[in-house]
Amino acid sequence: MMSKREHKFVSADPDLCTGCTLCEYACAFEKDGVFNPLRSRIRAVRLYPSGNIAITCRLCENAPCVIACPRDALDQSEENGTIIVDDDKCDGCGWCLEACDFGAITIHPVTKKAIVCDLCGGEPKCIEICPVEALSLASRDTHATKSRIEASRKLLKAHQESEL
Amino acid sequence: MDGYAGKILYVDLTTGKSRTEPLPEKMAEDFLGGAGFGIKMITDLQRPGIDAFDPENPIVFSLGTFCGVMVPGASSKWGVAGKSPQSNALGEAYSTGFFGAEMRRAGYDIVVVTGKARNPIYLYIEDESVQLMDASHLWGKDNWETEAMIKEDLGDPGVRLASIGQAGENLVRFACIINDRLRAAGRTGMGAVMGSKNFKAIAVRGTADVTVADVEKFKELSFEMYRRAKGPATEKYRGLGTSGNVLVLNKAAAMPTRNWQDAVFEGAEKVSGELMNERYVTKIQGCDACGSRCEHVASVNEGPYKGSYSRVEYEPIYALGSCTGVDRADAIIRSVQLCDLYGLDALSAGVVVAFGMELYEKGLITKKDTGGIDLRFGNHEAQTEMLRKIAFREDIGDILAEGVARAAEKIGKGSEAFALHIKGVEMTGYDVRGLKTCALGYAVSRRGADHQRHGAYGPDLKGTVDRFSVDKGRGQLVIDGEDLYSVIDSLILCKFNRGIWNYDEMAQMYAYVTGLPMTGEKIRHAGERISNLARIYNIREGLGRTDDNLPIRCMTDPIKSGVAKGSLVTQKELDILLDGYYESRGWTNEGVPTKAKIDELGLSEYYQYLEGLTKKPKTRKAKGKGRAK
Repeated sequence: MMSKREHKFVSADPDLCTGCTLCEYACAFEKDGVFNPLRSRIRAVRLYPSGNIAITCRLCENAPCVIACPRDALDQSEENGTIIVDDDKCDGCGWCLEACDFGAITIHPVTKKAIVCDLCGGEPKCIEICPVEALSLASRDTHATKSRIEASRKLLKAHQESEL
Repeated sequence: MDGYAGKILYVDLTTGKSRTEPLPEKMAEDFLGGAGFGIKMITDLQRPGIDAFDPENPIVFSLGTFCGVMVPGASSKWGVAGKSPQSNALGEAYSTGFFGAEMRRAGYDIVVVTGKARNPIYLYIEDESVQLMDASHLWGKDNWETEAMIKEDLGDPGVRLASIGQAGENLVRFACIINDRLRAAGRTGMGAVMGSKNFKAIAVRGTADVTVADVEKFKELSFEMYRRAKGPATEKYRGLGTSGNVLVLNKAAAMPTRNWQDAVFEGAEKVSGELMNERYVTKIQGCDACGSRCEHVASVNEGPYKGSYSRVEYEPIYALGSCTGVDRADAIIRSVQLCDLYGLDALSAGVVVAFGMELYEKGLITKKDTGGIDLRFGNHEAQTEMLRKIAFREDIGDILAEGVARAAEKIGKGSEAFALHIKGVEMTGYDVRGLKTCALGYAVSRRGADHQRHGAYGPDLKGTVDRFSVDKGRGQLVIDGEDLYSVIDSLILCKFNRGIWNYDEMAQMYAYVTGLPMTGEKIRHAGERISNLARIYNIREGLGRTDDNLPIRCMTDPIKSGVAKGSLVTQKELDILLDGYYESRGWTNEGVPTKAKIDELGLSEYYQYLEGLTKKPKTRKAKGKGRAK
């Protein structure tokens, strides 16, 4: 059986992300067939002048949203770590939203039920459409590995330069 | 209709009342959106001959057809139209960012604002709720402060803003409207029209869905266009950006320098796109749902302009660089930032400062006029200080704030000979003396000096035609560009994505999104209709053949160096170009659309504005002189 450690979520690389919000368009269209960022499970943020990133569910261990739900409407998938919403139980109170540090779970503007990234069955539309390949499926381990490589690169470069 | 919100919002600032009307389907089909809507609305609603600052003068904000829809480079394009305080004729400007998509989701295609508020206000639109909010505390604030303060006041960081800075408040005639901090609806002084109404900003928040008519076909075409949007057709804009034109145009002796005294800038290497990218550009980011990205954000990390940042493009580098002789990239970045903060059209502002510099160097003004500033070409500190003085109308800045045409008239002493404008609107950065198809495009441009109405520099620079000679055939080349750009500015597609579209694909996208029938030919025809209505509007407001001219310097002072050395446009050449253009347009020799042409385009109701003009004998001679305002 797969352990939770290996669950992959949609991760954005801020160096590549252009803040265009195209992921939001693609997500809302894939899920609901209309355009509206309020229906999107991924949201892009721009901090002026040029800090850009897209944020969606990070499939937390012991997900705070699941814990916060007073009606037990949320559950986390053993298989891929996604948050499963039981629409019959969810009454749109929004405690999950307040529990999430990332603003990754929200309330659907029409159904008033919680909505959150479900990875589109393994092939997320946002990743497909992103024109700069800023989005990718990453596990915490691949994330950390990338960060280590990047940090090492900087350190070694500084080291080399100091020797010159 | 899908795509469109289907609603026009009317706001009267004098009474504080607002109302909505449905968007007629026929208007959507015939005029598409953006430019088409703006030009039609001001023609229909504005009293002929009105002054731009008359409270009754309507200012019209109109969205591109695809706002809020996943179409590359078109999801948040918006335009603004009104009587221009610069040309006394058509004012229009376009912008992107994120404001347009938000307005579409709020449920409007067009917002028409008339009247004048007693005290400064901003318009807060939250879906159906339309409120005039007190802006007394915002008056005197720059654009960026205004955006931050309104977001704070409303407690909603998601609200989108379009606002004016101090320049608009002070009725600087080339004041612009800024949205999303780095995007400008720049040209023709629409910010001053807002200022004249005590109208500081529009803040908008929309929550409605935007729908498309044919989901499956739309999806297929949309994904295909996104595939193309990241391909070779947009490579230039994703890489060096338009700043890459600096070295290209300079080599072609087409980069106007020191107020058009020359067309080769010796400092080009120091302000090139290559240098900008290597030293200053920290991020290339995108507008709403962009498939390619072009926004080169440049930051200064050291020296006197440390901490400055702005978007860099070729045009402001021309205006606030070569045109003023400033060869410091950091000073240009700061100057563009000041334009964004104060809300000055950076293109006009640069040409205005350059005009001031030539006045100063020729001794027509002195330090007494400039408030002690040594306003020589190349003095970057003088430039940044003069931008402030223009925005606040201090010293000579008060006269320069009127734009070069009016300033030259006030100052006299032969200064009109180096006032670089067409129809009162300052020149943009293609030296038309050695780009003669482009010269025609500039001369007939409906919003005054402009490369963006036609793109006629293309055939000149690509070598499709001989850039140094003229013939009547250039008319059709300019017309093809104009009508295409009328469509592009109405659907509002990003011009940096223009290479990925043809008329058929534009029509397909239109049909899939709106559900209204459209063909390539029909949409081209709509472009021609929009171009012609703009002409009718300008004629109604008093323009004619003599206004389709070039700056005096372009017809008397040849380019001094480089491959275009010795080149200028003579009156005889301009007449050949105009004759060919009018003829191909189906207009009279005086540049008036004929009844037959108007009927063919379905514009018969507007013939009333031309009656008596179409039969005029061909006796009026073009003077090739700046129209005195």
